Amino acid sequence: MAKRSIVPFGPQHPVLPEPVHLDLVLEDETVVGAVPSIGYIHRGLEKLVEKRDFKQYVYIAERVCGICSCGHGLGYCESVEQVMGIEVPDRAKFLRVIWMEMSRVHSHLLWLGLLADAMGFESLFMESWRLREKILDMFDETTGGRIIHSVNCVGGVQKDMDSTMLNGILEAVKDLEKEMRPVADTFLEDYTVQSRLKGVGVLSRERAIELGAVGPMLRASGEEYDARLLGYAAYPNLTVEPVTSKDGDSYARCEVRIKELFQSFDLIREAIGKIPEGDISVPVKGNPSGEFFMRIEQPRGEAVYYVKGSGKKFLERFRLRTPTTSNIPPMVETLKGCQLADVPLLILTIDPCVSCTER
Amino acid sequence: MNKVSKSPWLLHYDASSCNGCDIEVLDCLTPKYDIERFGIINTGDPFQADILLITGGVNSQTESVVKQIYSQMPEPKVVVAVGICACTGGVFKECYNIRGGIDTVIPVDVYVPGCAARPESIIDGVVKALEILDEKQAEHKKNGGGAHGISK
Amino acid sequence: MAYQSEIKETAMADFFPAVVKMKTDQWRLVQICAVSVEGGYEMSYSFCKDYEMVTLRLNVAEEEEIASITQIYPCAFLQENEAAQLFGVKIVNIRPDYRDRLYRIDETAPFKTKE
Repeated sequence: MAKRSIVPFGPQHPVLPEPVHLDLVLEDETVVGAVPSIGYIHRGLEKLVEKRDFKQYVYIAERVCGICSCGHGLGYCESVEQVMGIEVPDRAKFLRVIWMEMSRVHSHLLWLGLLADAMGFESLFMESWRLREKILDMFDETTGGRIIHSVNCVGGVQKDMDSTMLNGILEAVKDLEKEMRPVADTFLEDYTVQSRLKGVGVLSRERAIELGAVGPMLRASGEEYDARLLGYAAYPNLTVEPVTSKDGDSYARCEVRIKELFQSFDLIREAIGKIPEGDISVPVKGNPSGEFFMRIEQPRGEAVYYVKGSGKKFLERFRLRTPTTSNIPPMVETLKGCQLADVPLLILTIDPCVSCTER
Repeated sequence: MNKVSKSPWLLHYDASSCNGCDIEVLDCLTPKYDIERFGIINTGDPFQADILLITGGVNSQTESVVKQIYSQMPEPKVVVAVGICACTGGVFKECYNIRGGIDTVIPVDVYVPGCAARPESIIDGVVKALEILDEKQAEHKKNGGGAHGISK
Repeated sequence: MAYQSEIKETAMADFFPAVVKMKTDQWRLVQICAVSVEGGYEMSYSFCKDYEMVTLRLNVAEEEEIASITQIYPCAFLQENEAAQLFGVKIVNIRPDYRDRLYRIDETAPFKTKE
């Protein structure tokens, strides 16, 4: 009979820059169960809405996570605008899309690098992160920050881009797309990468829906759901086609993210082509009263923002359900039956963002 | 500083940061900034580390971990607090689960400001830490410690 | 596509059958949110199918016990444990129940009272 043992995984682990802990139940080398335990970087920042007024809180929302920062600012502002019935100027909507898609490119490149690192493919890791610097340079030029941009505000955006900046982005995207091709080919066609990813951690479409998977995790299992199609910011004016794959294994999740990279390049180009002239923000009067559930598509998947106000300067409640919170149960499911050596890789394929999850 | 007197090894720990400073610390190791050219290696092992880079404010959960890592590092050692959260608690200062800066738990030698701290300033902070490391090494020898930080 | 987001007030007796129906109709659990209100809590359970979202709203008195939905939606365990620990909502039979140890914090139910 196979011997049962429990192996602790984390909180400090070489593949994870962030602390998360799992208790793995093993039968010989095969994982039969996993119990996640989180809470190492819980800050309790949802409670800060009681100390910061709703306009100041944008800065806190952006600091929920340093990787998804742009999206959290956007999601918070959009939900407050929905409660207050504010119509944002068109130019601001397009600027939001450009920054959001740039942030998706940076996040996916970061993930690809970490994936390569987890497989021990050091040069591919360095190459992905080298390409990512080009996007960070564009962030630096257009917003003044590399990681935290503080561009979104309730009622629009804080900074405008002139034509030099927009052309600069077009140039950077053109370069990046050209240099990205060989990297994408390596990820999708290299024999060693395929042998680590293909058929590992399969999640069927039915189970993905049942377990509440979101984002690339859900789309890699064949479900066409992309929250960008809900029509926030300038997405209704742009071509968004959900990127899906059928197999639901680690390779499919990698494939979806790589295709989304190229989709983001197209979206940035389309948005820059269509951006109208005009104001970038509208003045905000009064305080929010009412409640709203807002869904936006973050690089890691659908995030839900809940805002409840009662006509006061301070909100009653702000709640954020991040993509990783939803992707942990499917991750635990994919771990069951896998080999111990594949555990780090499988944890990585959901693109975990612990500081988002614990807030 | 004219020369680097040793190739220091770094240890990075996330005390409760938002990730922003962590990815910038990682960024320092990648081709554009590449601090490995100074002979600096990012290690995961506190027993071999000279410089501790900490990001984020301390909470009750990470307090014991930070103390433990610090005590496991051999003398002389330097602590660099990366980012404004590690310096003072930053925007999260008033959160119920944040104690404040890293210096509420262990002594800090270099403070690197910024939200998120830029790779340039992190490298500056590490270079500053090297000087302090040299001073501490001299002090350590004078007090009868071994050349490689092993007490007699 | 217009933004679909409906909030349905639900009585305690109708809640479980409603969740079971969601499950059999293959709705995806989107989120669970607790809000502290005067004398109790407001629990919101959101479900999503294609692009439509429906939220079931449950008003719970402070000491009232509510059953966990993890028997129907096992993936609810993280968010239910969170509501139980941070707000002090009395949710019974969560599987697995972290017994207020999900987040490692010193305070008890920090979100229960407003400052």
